[in-house]
Amino acid sequence: MSQALLQASDICLAFGGVVAADHIDFALQEGERLAVIGQNGAGKTTFINICTGYLQPTTGRIVFNGHDITGKTPRSIVKLGIGRSFQLPQLFTEQSVQQCLEIAAAARGARLSWLTSLSDSVNHKEILETLELIGLREAANEVAGELPEGHKKLLDVAMALMLRPKLIIMDEPTSGVSSQDKHGLMALVMQALDEKKVTCWFVEHDVDIVSRYATRVAAWIDGKIAADGDPKQVLQHPQVREQILGLTPC
Amino acid sequence: MKLGMFSALSVLVLLVLGIVFPWTKTMLIIGLCYGLSALGVAIPARSGQVSFGHAMFACVSAYAVAFLARAFPSMDGVVLLVLATLTGTLFASVFGSFVVRYRGIFFGMLNLAISMVIVALLGKLYELSGGTDGIRVQRPSWGGLVTERAEFETILLWVSCCVALLAGWFYQRFTQSATGEALRGLKSNETRLEYLGISAHYVLWVGYVGSGFFVSLAGAIFALAQGLVTPDMGSWTRSGELVFIMILGGSSHALGPFVGAAVFQAVKLFASAYMAGVWQMLLGLTLLTVIALAPEGIMGAWQAYRCRSSKGAQP
Amino acid sequence: MNFDTLLLGLADGISYAGLLFLVSLGLTLIFGVLGVLNITHGSLYALGGYTAASLTTFAMRHAFDATPVLFIALVLAALLVGLLMGLLLDLLLLRYFQKRDPVIQLLVTFAVFVILEDVQKLIWGTSPYAAGEIVSRLGTVELFDVTYTVYQIGVIPSIALASYIGLNFFLKKTLWGKQTVALTHHREVATAMGVNVKRIGALVFILGAMLGALGGALAVPVSSLTPGMGAEMIVLSFTVVATAGLGQITGALITSLMIGLARSMAVYLLPEVDVAMPYIIMLLVLLLRPNGLFTVAQSRRI
Repeated sequence: MSQALLQASDICLAFGGVVAADHIDFALQEGERLAVIGQNGAGKTTFINICTGYLQPTTGRIVFNGHDITGKTPRSIVKLGIGRSFQLPQLFTEQSVQQCLEIAAAARGARLSWLTSLSDSVNHKEILETLELIGLREAANEVAGELPEGHKKLLDVAMALMLRPKLIIMDEPTSGVSSQDKHGLMALVMQALDEKKVTCWFVEHDVDIVSRYATRVAAWIDGKIAADGDPKQVLQHPQVREQILGLTPC
Repeated sequence: MKLGMFSALSVLVLLVLGIVFPWTKTMLIIGLCYGLSALGVAIPARSGQVSFGHAMFACVSAYAVAFLARAFPSMDGVVLLVLATLTGTLFASVFGSFVVRYRGIFFGMLNLAISMVIVALLGKLYELSGGTDGIRVQRPSWGGLVTERAEFETILLWVSCCVALLAGWFYQRFTQSATGEALRGLKSNETRLEYLGISAHYVLWVGYVGSGFFVSLAGAIFALAQGLVTPDMGSWTRSGELVFIMILGGSSHALGPFVGAAVFQAVKLFASAYMAGVWQMLLGLTLLTVIALAPEGIMGAWQAYRCRSSKGAQP
Repeated sequence: MNFDTLLLGLADGISYAGLLFLVSLGLTLIFGVLGVLNITHGSLYALGGYTAASLTTFAMRHAFDATPVLFIALVLAALLVGLLMGLLLDLLLLRYFQKRDPVIQLLVTFAVFVILEDVQKLIWGTSPYAAGEIVSRLGTVELFDVTYTVYQIGVIPSIALASYIGLNFFLKKTLWGKQTVALTHHREVATAMGVNVKRIGALVFILGAMLGALGGALAVPVSSLTPGMGAEMIVLSFTVVATAGLGQITGALITSLMIGLARSMAVYLLPEVDVAMPYIIMLLVLLLRPNGLFTVAQSRRI
């Protein structure tokens, strides 16, 4: 079996009395589309924060693509090939959509220019293509902070994609987006990911989205992974049905 | 008319003024120095970090001129300028490496604290620095040429004008570069910057050193123009004036701080001539008015006006 | 350097710390609750001082001579100035610039400070004012063979401590105090809960202003009033507030003591750096604890 793209072993973290991560062992294979489900406060985002260096675990080790990333900063981890979008989109709210993407593209390079203008220091074509892909070509000069919620989410994901990561982590990509637009957004994102052959890990509350787009599902309950594997099987798991989906046992 | 053209023309006007009214030369040089310093302050300000101690770089650089001139009386003015500016910039790189870890008020206060320590030390160490009386700077030769007062002032005016134009050009290029835009991104979302793999500290440090360079250069020119360096060149009121000028003129374009400096000098002159004793009040009221009505400063208001009128002109 | 000098330094330090604390308390309170770093606070200090001096001089001239009367006049002047100026500033300025960038708000307060500097010069002139009567009236006390003025080691520290205890009581035990704390933690939620933000905001601002003015008034007997006093005090109290951590009240008390004592001791031991001492301390503290000595942890944002 080939080496996992991301391997986390025995990750623990507690905030005071609340255990956010309880001896978690987790492996992500290249090419997978993993959906993580769980109630609020179960530790899904905390685990993402740990794997991306925003939080430090008290025990455990994380290896990404052969590199030990335990204890590293988000910046160094991102440089190794992980891109991330957030529950609350993290955009450069005072700059335009295009500038947000351009900064992300420029970040990929070895050095940011001092005198060459931002637009000239990145690949124009690539920026236009990405704008086209996420459907924001017309909104290119809009101020990022004034976009509607769904567009903000798209931009957030697009910025992560611009880094050409091996793994993209999306924290609730469709939350805050109207039910009408949810599927459209996910289809768009997945198409973009397919085109760029990126492994995907996303946190999602909407079961429809999960069943449609995930190749694997992991269910978080109280800081532990309660079920992990084939989407159909996990979604039928009794604990998952009761505690996460809120369905009465059949 | 494009702003670049306007800047070049203004410089020509200043040079002509200096020829026709020779008594204005020192005033113009000082105005340009203030503008240059405010331009420096504007760079980190774009990332939302406003320093309340930047005058210290002018002070350090000025004292470098004084110390060097005192130790090597035959040192040429050009060399003095270069060495002093380098000294100030070096200070900025060193202090900058600490200071860029702080944000908002702490950034402002840390800069203020460093400047207060420098000013206090310069004031107290009488043997070294001449205390609060300062040190006189003898007029040096310039590029080998020995000059009279009037000629020297003319040279300095030309130097200031060229420096201002170059600095403006650099500012425009830098703020539109990848680093410059990343700096602006720092203001709205530092987390995002880090999650793109960009070091916020490094980007801010680059901006900080650049700003230190501008302010040091201004301080060195000022020292040569005034012929005297005193500790209060680095006082917090001076730093405050720089911030004020930057806000007044606006930092969206390099021309802004210079426009702000011009208005500032004008208000000062006008007030001290006709309303001595209330010039601070006038300044304060001007600042309040600008903040209330034109938060992007004079340049910002001008650019907004141009934007609106060009939109309106479309069919 | 002998023991006596040490004790004198200590006494100086405590008295200085007391004044510093009163002013810093007002500043940190306003910042903690309203999020505004109020440079105008320096003007309140100066105005409090000048008004107090004028009032006590007036009282003395009109034979309201008794020490308690003079003292009351001092305190009253401060409270009045604080109340009036606080109300004025809150209504005219703060409300208008409320939604702006914090740096802009700071610059607004800076502009007002600069204006008030001139107002102060217009009213009271530029020559130093002195009103040391009260200090000599209250006499001296001898401890360990060293003479101190009662004012310095008794009056000032007591008032400072009383203010600290009083404020804590207000914040923890009274309804308005608790509403203030709620406002500090989360403005939106507090509003949703029915806290009258405007009223509490005004209250806090006036309270802070009164504390600043009180500091100025109490400083009158021990220092001469000059045009630059507001500027000097605002920079110093900023230093205390930043070192302690913005909004930290107990922290401000401890930090004021620390800085006050360090400054006084430096006058006797290291006079070259005595003026720079507060800033050196702030630099050292911020290098080790970037958000101040006593700041609590920030909640997660992503």
